Amino acid sequence: MTTHLATERSGRRGGRSARNPVGRAGYVFVSGYVLFLLAFGVLPTGYAVWLALSNSRNQLVGIGNFTRTFTDYRFGPAFLHIGLYLVIWLASLMILVVLLSLMLHGRMRRASTTLRFLFYLPGALAGVASVLLFLILLDPAASPVGWLLKGFGWNTLAQVNAPGHLPVLFTVIAFWTGAGGWIVVMYGALNSIPDEVLEAARIDGASTLQIALRIQIPMITKWIAYMLILAFAAGTQLFVEPQLVSLASWGMIPDSWSPNQLSYQYAFQAGDFNGAAALSVDLLVLGLACAALVVFRTGLFDRDER
Amino acid sequence: MHRTRRPRSLAARLAWLIVMTLAVLFFCVPVVWLLLATTKTDGQIVRDNPFSFGSLTSIADAWHHLYAFQEGAILTWLKNSALYTFGALAITLVTSIPAGYALALTQFIGRRMLLTITMLVMLMPTAAMVLPLYLGMNAVHLDGTIWSVILPFSFFPFGVYLTYIYFSSNVPADLLSAARIDGCSEWQVFRLVAMPLAKPVIALVGFFNFVGNWNNFFLPFVMLPDSSQYPAQVGLNNLLAASPLFNTSSGTGNQIMRPELALATLVTIVPVLIVFLFSQRALVAGMLAGATKE
Repeated sequence: MTTHLATERSGRRGGRSARNPVGRAGYVFVSGYVLFLLAFGVLPTGYAVWLALSNSRNQLVGIGNFTRTFTDYRFGPAFLHIGLYLVIWLASLMILVVLLSLMLHGRMRRASTTLRFLFYLPGALAGVASVLLFLILLDPAASPVGWLLKGFGWNTLAQVNAPGHLPVLFTVIAFWTGAGGWIVVMYGALNSIPDEVLEAARIDGASTLQIALRIQIPMITKWIAYMLILAFAAGTQLFVEPQLVSLASWGMIPDSWSPNQLSYQYAFQAGDFNGAAALSVDLLVLGLACAALVVFRTGLFDRDER
Repeated sequence: MHRTRRPRSLAARLAWLIVMTLAVLFFCVPVVWLLLATTKTDGQIVRDNPFSFGSLTSIADAWHHLYAFQEGAILTWLKNSALYTFGALAITLVTSIPAGYALALTQFIGRRMLLTITMLVMLMPTAAMVLPLYLGMNAVHLDGTIWSVILPFSFFPFGVYLTYIYFSSNVPADLLSAARIDGCSEWQVFRLVAMPLAKPVIALVGFFNFVGNWNNFFLPFVMLPDSSQYPAQVGLNNLLAASPLFNTSSGTGNQIMRPELALATLVTIVPVLIVFLFSQRALVAGMLAGATKE
């Protein structure tokens, strides 16, 4: 049916018509995906927004659920916990990933392939596995770094997992599973800087440090921004880590440590779907804002302006 | 080999070596420790040198204890994980490869908008959608069924984007128009010209989809109420909750201690680990997908 149309059009030549044979085929090819996009992206979002704006009798209540959850005594602490975690996590991610990538790029490039892989491998344990591993690993009784933990004056797991330590603990876990992937990305970005540029700087007498600070880092700023925005977005959604640690904390860590946990508590503990929806809309807006920042501002993603 | 002109100072070399050693230790020690922990008894883990090797019989013992937990639950969980991830993988490939192809090589109204939406959604953390998805599934009474996990797992915009990047940078549109002139229908162009060229990107999409879904905890944790439906990651959470190690009150009647937890961790991530070991190159290519289009 579409065949003769296709040949007729492509007979006209030209870049545009070559990729534009028949309007309808494209729709067929994207239809399955669009169906999933609607069913598991757009509709749940829309439904969550509706729930957030209404009450259990399906009456519109405006921003009532938002103010109600906002004034929940657990709301402030949950966002504070996440905020503190994000500051520590993003700072260490930025400094250490950029440093390690620059160092890997600077010398022994052949060994660096192996090193990058070793750094990347813990990514296989992302999620529950990594948290479980660190819970056992950081019990001073059994830990290979028990001497270090005891040096800090922590003699039991409860002391290591004390509420004040959690942002750092989660940073360690997140860094262990996630930094390797970002090092691979940064290394690739550094590779895209032409060697002549670095060579010219060297001939002009720039030191390694000057090259790093004045040429390499400025040229990969977009990628650093990309990493930080995505890490920020993911960090706001923390769930597995506090959930597991709170299980193993003998009640010392609240089960609504992070906003996502609080939202979960609303839905499953209190059966308050409207409150849960309001909280998840807060988090969705944060995530969407970050994604929009990356897509529209960093220029890393080709939006196909043809 | 790339060499700098200036001979570097000994101090710089030493600093490089120290930082790299620390980094290698940080990233590798936990993995090595985990492997060794499965070979020891709980007592040995506490008393012996952390990096000593126990015995192979200890692995067998740990496995028996682990297997005894809820009468072989660990195998059920692994089977569930396989069902959910492979089910989702099949649906993902069937929907996202044609979609990426169409975004790259065909023209239709709304194409650019669909591309932009795809990028926005793929960059959003998946966890942000979990509760809205649950609320939606609950409204249509699908929560608690395997579909409440498999279907959301199959929605994979990143796969569509990877396919789009692949086709738009590796397959010239002229090749397709040549096939059309030769009388191929749109379906035949896709099936006979584009698909044979798409193997690398199919592998790539499959890899990221599989790894992400296998390690996903939040979604199945929220959707599935029953232990017999849990995937491995939620099962691990169950083991932790039941272990006398962390929970003196509920932890009677099972022998889930450190070696068992270490073994369970290892067993549940083995599929991902294998995929990691065999697809390093694909991995790097995928993570740099944005860079190739600058």
